[in-house]
Amino acid sequence: MHTVILPELGSGIEKAIVSFWFVKEGDMVKEKDDLVELTTDKAAFNLPSPCSGTLTEILVREGDTVRVGDALAVIQEQ
Amino acid sequence: MEIIDLGLIDYAQAAQVQAGRCRDVCGSGRDECLIFCRHHPVITIGRSGSPANITASPESLRQKEIAVVRSPRGGDVTYHGPGQVMIYPILRLSRFALDLHRYLRFLEEAVIAVLAGCGIRAHQRPGLTGIWVGERKISSIGIRVQHWVSSHGIAVNVLQDDLVNFSCIRPCGMDIAMTSVETVTNVPWEPAIIQDRMARRLQSCIQ
Repeated sequence: MHTVILPELGSGIEKAIVSFWFVKEGDMVKEKDDLVELTTDKAAFNLPSPCSGTLTEILVREGDTVRVGDALAVIQEQ
Repeated sequence: MEIIDLGLIDYAQAAQVQAGRCRDVCGSGRDECLIFCRHHPVITIGRSGSPANITASPESLRQKEIAVVRSPRGGDVTYHGPGQVMIYPILRLSRFALDLHRYLRFLEEAVIAVLAGCGIRAHQRPGLTGIWVGERKISSIGIRVQHWVSSHGIAVNVLQDDLVNFSCIRPCGMDIAMTSVETVTNVPWEPAIIQDRMARRLQSCIQ
């Protein structure tokens, strides 16, 4: 199991908004595939998958505000 | 650093060029570049944007021949026209320690340096990305980042004539006044001169 967390995006950037999931629960993902789009004040940021496997759980919904270090999803690694 | 000058081009076409180059830089290790262009009149709605911040009626926009498009960049609503210089750096943000804040401040500082060369004292405002002259905004920034490679970027208002069209929107979703290089200096400017200076400034900082 690999928990995907919101990484550091930059100094002083503590939170972001989940704007779009590229995948849904049950989908297979490859390492570096786009998982989710996050937005900050002036940036739209695509978070790539940290590993290959099956996305078993999405923990935050589109429109949610998430903080650096928050768990976003769970991937069952291959 | 390669410079690509797209000239006067539709927003959507320029977005396609950026997306293709960004994909190549991410995927096949193609070289980074700086894309420059100007746009036909267009209102763009960023990924955090709301159409509610377009205050003009659809009929009024049609009469003024201003298109409205969704943009994959960050930020809210803004206007672009041929009197602005657009700068779209396709850069690996490893250059900026994978720090979006650092990259945004870098872009602002490059614009401020070029404006200083035009005799304009511009500045940053804490918490308000963009470049300001007094209380007026002269340059806007909105970026997209895929696989830590940037696209979209900076708009610098050069010609005064374009400013009137900002009245069709609430720029960035706020009640802010815009200004331009021509307005501040009170002399005519060619966008090509600002473009050339921005290219040289960014190249010298990035090499």
